[in-house]
Amino acid sequence: MEFKDYYASMGVPRDATAEQIKQAYRKLARKYHPDVSKEPDAEQRFKEVGEAYEVLRDPQKRAAYDQLGSGPKPGEEFRPPPDWASGFEFRGPAGGDEGFAFEGDPSEFFESLFGRAGFGAAAGARPHRRPDRGEDHHARVVIDLEATLEGATRALTLRVPAMGDDGRPHLRDRTLNVRIPKGIQAGQHIRLAGQGDKPQGEGKPGDLFLEVQFAPHRLYRPEGRDLHLDLPVAPWEVALGATVAVPTPAGSVELKVPAGSKAGSRLRLRGRGLPSEPPGDLYATLQIVLPPSDSEQAREAYRAFSAAVPFNPRAALGA
Amino acid sequence: MAIADTPVLIGKIVEEELRLTLDELSGVCSVERRRIVELVEHGLFDAQNAGDQRFGGDSLRRARLALRLQRDLGVNAAGASLVIELLERIAALEARLR
Repeated sequence: MEFKDYYASMGVPRDATAEQIKQAYRKLARKYHPDVSKEPDAEQRFKEVGEAYEVLRDPQKRAAYDQLGSGPKPGEEFRPPPDWASGFEFRGPAGGDEGFAFEGDPSEFFESLFGRAGFGAAAGARPHRRPDRGEDHHARVVIDLEATLEGATRALTLRVPAMGDDGRPHLRDRTLNVRIPKGIQAGQHIRLAGQGDKPQGEGKPGDLFLEVQFAPHRLYRPEGRDLHLDLPVAPWEVALGATVAVPTPAGSVELKVPAGSKAGSRLRLRGRGLPSEPPGDLYATLQIVLPPSDSEQAREAYRAFSAAVPFNPRAALGA
Repeated sequence: MAIADTPVLIGKIVEEELRLTLDELSGVCSVERRRIVELVEHGLFDAQNAGDQRFGGDSLRRARLALRLQRDLGVNAAGASLVIELLERIAALEARLR
């Protein structure tokens, strides 16, 4: 098992005061909070910081952790000493004004030291349970855009904590076949009634809520119910006007490009976005693409054009 | 891409097909009713119908986000509402840049 240096995770010295630890936590939590952060490894770092804070904020856990010293030498396996934590009494999650921060599982290291009972949401964030219903579950799923276009069925794999034979919770994979509702948008939720936890006693099971995100698509960028597409056009198509073929989820359509259109102009195809209720629109953003000048014929045509049409694209710069 | 021999689950789009009551919304978020009421008071989302307090499905995403921010960052309901408004403005601006 890997030893975790909680002081290093939080970037504080081993003799940091409780106030310093709290300040470090606040700063790191803002930096790495997965809902706010743009850091690529935000989620992982946030978990590490949350776990470190869970230990270092609690005087008893911290004192017990400090007894381990700075851990084994690099590469050595860590094992809790046999007399680990004798004389300490852990009372489950430390209360407090804020923090912690975590919907996942503690590391193996944390669990070996404090058990799972020591882990969990702090006071105030303690889940408020309904007695007559099992708990609802939430998960985020990434699906391909085609699934929402067609209302297709997809096998989704979720990681869920479940009680193992040894009486301890483990993560296990749970795969569900889910019909993706046609026209569902990113950020929306699918509710699967009765797919949450079973209740403790009598009553109905909870529901499973899936928050939908789309994997990047080759052509379309979804925005709510609308789709955006970059549409390459030749210079003469925008200069003279043209009718061009545009791909849409429901098949290719003809789009009229008005004469004199500019690069970056957006043309709207009403009702050609996601098949939601009402359907979204498809926006095609014009991108002018120059023909390559890789043949003598093409170069000759460019020369003829520049001779025929005097044009200084930098006139407005005044140079 | 579905697995054979396994039933297909058919769900509803929360945002469009469901209207949640205050009890349902607080139940789904696993918090007491007053925490949701507090978010409504800060204008994070509206009850669609003042009489029996039905919440549109998008309230679920915003409520869960606000509660996470409150829990993890120690901000209050006003702070969480501000963060969410700013995040949405950033997202809108970024979408325009693409």
